[in-house]
Amino acid sequence: MTPQEPPTQRVAFAPNWGARIGWLLLAIYVVYAGSQLGFSAERFSAGLEHGHRFLARMFPPNFSRWELIASGIVESIQIAVIATFFGILLSLPVGLLAARNLTPVWISWPTRGFIALCRSFHPIIVAILFVKAIGFGALAGVMALIVASIGFISKLFAEAIEEISLKQVEAVRATGAGFLSTLIMGVQPQVLPRFIGFATYQLDSNLRNSTMVGIVGGGGIGAALFTAYQRFDFDVVLAILIIIVSLIMVAEIVSGWARRVFQ
Amino acid sequence: MTVAESLNHNWQRFTPLQRLSRFGFYLFIAVALIASLRTIDVIPEFLYDAPEQMADLVSRMWPPDLSYVRPTLKGLIETLHIATLGTIIAIVMALPVGLLAARNVTPNLALNLFAKFVFVTSRSINSLVWALLFVAVFGPGPLAGTLAIAFRSIGFTGKLFAEAIEESNKGSIEALTAAGASKLQTLVWGYWPQVRPSFWSIALFRWDINIRESAVLGIVGAGGVGVALDTALNLLYWDQVAVVLIAIFAVVILAEIVVTSVRARIL
Amino acid sequence: MTAETGAARARAEAPDTVEDRALVVRGLTKEYRSGQPVLRGINLVFPGSGVTAIIGPSGTGKSTLIRCINRLVQPTSGEILFRGEDLAKLSGRALKNARRRIGMVFQEYNLVERLTVMENLLCGRLGYVPAWRAWLRRFPEHDIQRAFDLLDSVGLPGFAAQRADALSGGQRQRVGIARAIMQEPDIILADEPTSSLDPKTSVEIMEILQRVAQERAVPVIVNIHNVELARRYASRIVGMTGGHVVYDGSPEGLTDTDLKTIYGGESWIE
Repeated sequence: MTPQEPPTQRVAFAPNWGARIGWLLLAIYVVYAGSQLGFSAERFSAGLEHGHRFLARMFPPNFSRWELIASGIVESIQIAVIATFFGILLSLPVGLLAARNLTPVWISWPTRGFIALCRSFHPIIVAILFVKAIGFGALAGVMALIVASIGFISKLFAEAIEEISLKQVEAVRATGAGFLSTLIMGVQPQVLPRFIGFATYQLDSNLRNSTMVGIVGGGGIGAALFTAYQRFDFDVVLAILIIIVSLIMVAEIVSGWARRVFQ
Repeated sequence: MTVAESLNHNWQRFTPLQRLSRFGFYLFIAVALIASLRTIDVIPEFLYDAPEQMADLVSRMWPPDLSYVRPTLKGLIETLHIATLGTIIAIVMALPVGLLAARNVTPNLALNLFAKFVFVTSRSINSLVWALLFVAVFGPGPLAGTLAIAFRSIGFTGKLFAEAIEESNKGSIEALTAAGASKLQTLVWGYWPQVRPSFWSIALFRWDINIRESAVLGIVGAGGVGVALDTALNLLYWDQVAVVLIAIFAVVILAEIVVTSVRARIL
Repeated sequence: MTAETGAARARAEAPDTVEDRALVVRGLTKEYRSGQPVLRGINLVFPGSGVTAIIGPSGTGKSTLIRCINRLVQPTSGEILFRGEDLAKLSGRALKNARRRIGMVFQEYNLVERLTVMENLLCGRLGYVPAWRAWLRRFPEHDIQRAFDLLDSVGLPGFAAQRADALSGGQRQRVGIARAIMQEPDIILADEPTSSLDPKTSVEIMEILQRVAQERAVPVIVNIHNVELARRYASRIVGMTGGHVVYDGSPEGLTDTDLKTIYGGESWIE
């Protein structure tokens, strides 16, 4: 500081006006959106009362229609397994093509657009379209989940490929290795653990969604769930929910095992 | 070469246990796949017909019915409110539970397990099912949808929050505690600055996903553009369906752009 | 021309002589951006034995020169003659075949981190085995034995099953050198192999390179910026500055004046 400058006040914690305004705007938004959506105290308290009665009707869970439930769950598992398998298979080339460090721009950009398209729609919407196109049943569910799988796995696969160290690949290429050998020894070891991670994540996700596509006609336990719901058989609904949650927990354990075996 | 030098070195890529595990896993996948393919109920005619049917569907969607744009936009705005409000509510609920789940903040095992149980339950129930439950309680409309999104997101965000908290640097917390800070003070001055970038990253990530999820809740009556979609579908007005689909696609892409640019700026 | 190439081919097939393994660079030019050449018409004959050290300040094209030889960088013009072929003109299968006869050691080791030391060594045979062997890791038994022997000779016995990222810098570079030798190369290139290592380890690595050149009769071309190491271990020194070769001779003949020409200014000489 030169002698001519006036002494400035030293402030230890200058108020961050940007952040404060941000929080204020957020609070205003919450109130605004709430009003737009028709939130009101009476609705809430009426709902809580209703909820009380609703919960009462759910307990105890009713497993009497267990054959129906079992076949529905089995179909959901089948849908998830098939969709994940073919989804992974198709995502490998699609992800490779979308990696900007492996392919030229005129291939990678359209592929990324295709992947974005697959990801944009909730699997339920895709399932509805497939049901309308190819009819009710598990096939529509499988196809919808294959699309969802491609959208997720290819994107992450492409990102993983783009993040690899090209120096390691260069060294393998310098030994005179061909394209395939370079992929196998240079690219794959860097990408495989992450790939296993999101493949198992997608299996989980597909399992969750396969229990739902039945609501719109895509096969699986969702149909039974929705029927029970519409008939106000909430105790059956609870029974089905318990089975679904247990299934998903088992699947998470299996995924953990797979990840450890292949790490 | 001496006898000792000519000893045969043995190289195995995997230990026997690893080989067994890998083989077991491949076997498991093969069995699961074959069993599924054989017993699934797929009518072959439907499979062969599929490409033709899909082409037919696409042709019915074009050109899209522009008169449907207004109701679609109304629904879309409602969907955005549902997604945003739902995410905010979820975060508000997930933060305290996340603190309970983090082992370094809450050393009590029972509380940890309780918090993890809350997260697992929240995550395992699909947002559509949450929507069904809340529609049964609060009646159809966006209130049910918002709560459905909120309750579904608690598990996702809370689990990631807990992981971020557990990964924070123990050293700075130790220093604060040694200086005599209370629990609340260590939370605000010690954990929060470290967790903040992950917090925003997780919040944005979940908001992005919730936009997609909110769009479909209308199918079960929980508000948003899904209602417009459902109506058009039931009436088989494919050109109106096309309008809704295009609108959803546009919003999803926009949200992704917003999220990526905010991420680049804040993180 | 045909008589020349015929004679060259005969030499390539005849028993290996020191002249065979010489590398001739003629008029090599490289421009990363047009109008700004990094290499300006380099003419060099690398001897077919011993260690040749290329010295010079950063950015002067040493690394570019080395990488042009095995075509990790594409020369803009010029010839690189080795074993009767112009390396600058090769492509496809011929380039692959040429590369497998040229071993390379990198500044940052460039091992595949997630693979074990053994797998990294076997990468050296990728130019010689089909892809399915790499996929299933079923390399020929004698290659595996060679790998074990090589590990012993670079001072890493028992390291075969360790993951590459668990090794120290010096250990990784030894694996890098062993990988290059696995290729049974006719020449070894080393691009600043000691720049990421501490002084003691740098000496160890240069010792190994010198030993490899002598015991296996393979010429080694090293890019190095430590002049002392160059003087100690090289049998020939090439000095570059500004994209030109300004010194090409024995380490004993390298005077302070030469060094001043190469590096400019005396301040670093201490």
